[in-house]
Amino acid sequence: MLESFWAMVTDPNAQWILLGCMLLGLCSGVIGCFAYLRKQSLMGDTLAHAALPGICIAFMLTGTKSIGLFLLGAGAAGLLATFGIGLITRYSRIKTDAAMGIVLSSFFGLGIVLLTKIQHSDYGNQSGLDKFLFGQAASMIGSDVNAMLIVSLVIIAACTLLFKEFKLLAFDPGFARGLGFPVAFLDQLLMFFIVVAVVAGIQAVGVVLVAALLITPAVSARYWTDRLGTMVVLAGVFGLLSGAVGTWLSSTTASLPTGPVSVLAQTLLFGVSLLFGPRRGLLAKRLSHTRARRTLIHEQTMQLNVSGKEERPL
Amino acid sequence: MPSSTKLTKQPPLAIRGLSVAYQKKPVLRDVSFEIGDGELVGVIGPNGAGKSTLIKAALGLIPKLTGEVAVYGKPCAEQRKLIGYVPQRESVDWDFPTNALDVVMMGRYGRLGWFRRPGAKEKAIALECLAKVGMADYANRQISQLSGGQQQRVFLARALAQDASLYVMDEPFAGVDAATEKAIINLLQELKREGKTVMVVHHDLATVKEYFDSVLLLNVEVQAYGKTEDAFTQENLQRTYGGRFAFLNRHAESADTAAAAEGRG
Repeated sequence: MLESFWAMVTDPNAQWILLGCMLLGLCSGVIGCFAYLRKQSLMGDTLAHAALPGICIAFMLTGTKSIGLFLLGAGAAGLLATFGIGLITRYSRIKTDAAMGIVLSSFFGLGIVLLTKIQHSDYGNQSGLDKFLFGQAASMIGSDVNAMLIVSLVIIAACTLLFKEFKLLAFDPGFARGLGFPVAFLDQLLMFFIVVAVVAGIQAVGVVLVAALLITPAVSARYWTDRLGTMVVLAGVFGLLSGAVGTWLSSTTASLPTGPVSVLAQTLLFGVSLLFGPRRGLLAKRLSHTRARRTLIHEQTMQLNVSGKEERPL
Repeated sequence: MPSSTKLTKQPPLAIRGLSVAYQKKPVLRDVSFEIGDGELVGVIGPNGAGKSTLIKAALGLIPKLTGEVAVYGKPCAEQRKLIGYVPQRESVDWDFPTNALDVVMMGRYGRLGWFRRPGAKEKAIALECLAKVGMADYANRQISQLSGGQQQRVFLARALAQDASLYVMDEPFAGVDAATEKAIINLLQELKREGKTVMVVHHDLATVKEYFDSVLLLNVEVQAYGKTEDAFTQENLQRTYGGRFAFLNRHAESADTAAAAEGRG
């Protein structure tokens, strides 16, 4: 087992993939915490699906595959999608969840139409564009990893600098506005970082699965701590670990896709957190319930048996 | 706690011709009033009368159709540091990963400005404010494990930490236990002693005379405003609450007796 891990770490090709997946897990985990607490978990999914037509249009206009251009396209499409959701909820009686559903599926539909069009036309280097649907981490190269590194650094720096502001935004936006913080701007900024993380992740895990990288580590981390700082760090570590496990498993076994395996590794981590998390975990809840019950029964029998001084059960 | 900024002679809150509408339906129509320095003002009215809307519009948290709001003579956007805001407790998710002390420290964020993290000084202020609402022992308690009344007191402590001159509270007494109600009243009295101005949205008619210097009776429009003994009359209440007053009427007759508790709810 260790051997295979060592083989992966020393193989220069696998090094890139390993590093890329770990960075991706790290930065999505960190920004995902704030998205989750701001009740924008599904926004990640919407933005991911909306990114597809953006990326396709960026490619059709320029004919090149560059992360920077894709980011621009995906960002514009994401902005349009959030704008659309805002319009629908403001001018109709439709609630946010339904509006997200409408916008998400129509953008994704458009994305598939454009993608099919690209595949059936004679764009020179369109190979690999279809990988955005389900992702292919194995196709990552040095420049992709560099971009991922920059994205991770920017997101982590922003979350460190703006920790206090994002925390207030997530907990009580009304109060934040009362203090004079530009809540709309901070919301847009958070959304922007989600878009950035999504676009960085699309290549590795694809449009469909990228939301998992945002949500799952954050939800898992919440089970282990009651402090936001610890939660953010833990979510980053969970994302990092899942990326490493995903790369390792897919490098040892033939025909195991890296991205989806990383997502499954995260799901496993979530399952463990759900069961064994202290206090919030299912097991801890069951234990404390049993203990409370036993204390009560103990107390009642004491009252029945002892007539003199009563012992105080702890 | 450091004393607040020296104030001019301008009234803490002056509102002229304020109108607000959700969709097309007007929620507030042509509301004008002025709060005097050091006053304790209750805002009273039936459900849907626009009480919370008045507060939110006055603080610039929701857009208004028309009207002017001046806080110590200037637009409230320039006076954020002078305003302490206590939102309704239900407006946030109390399962957030943080503790009571941390929430109270949020009251200092406005003064800290961008990027700077709260430090030892902020922590000391926050602890002091928690002590003032009788919550010193709960500083490190996860907020989801506090009772409703304790959560309300944490919100009050957070507003105290803002060290403002004008406090605006949205239904602080809603659904709290007796201990919290007492803590809030003590706090209101102390704020008054310190010369602060407080505006409170209130639901319980039975306690109005006991708690407030002035009352604003609101039902979309201002129905009456003035010193409690002048404005809090049966006639004005009848006008504010309309048909719903039948049940409240009973209370008005016995307002000064112990039977006042009947009107609570």
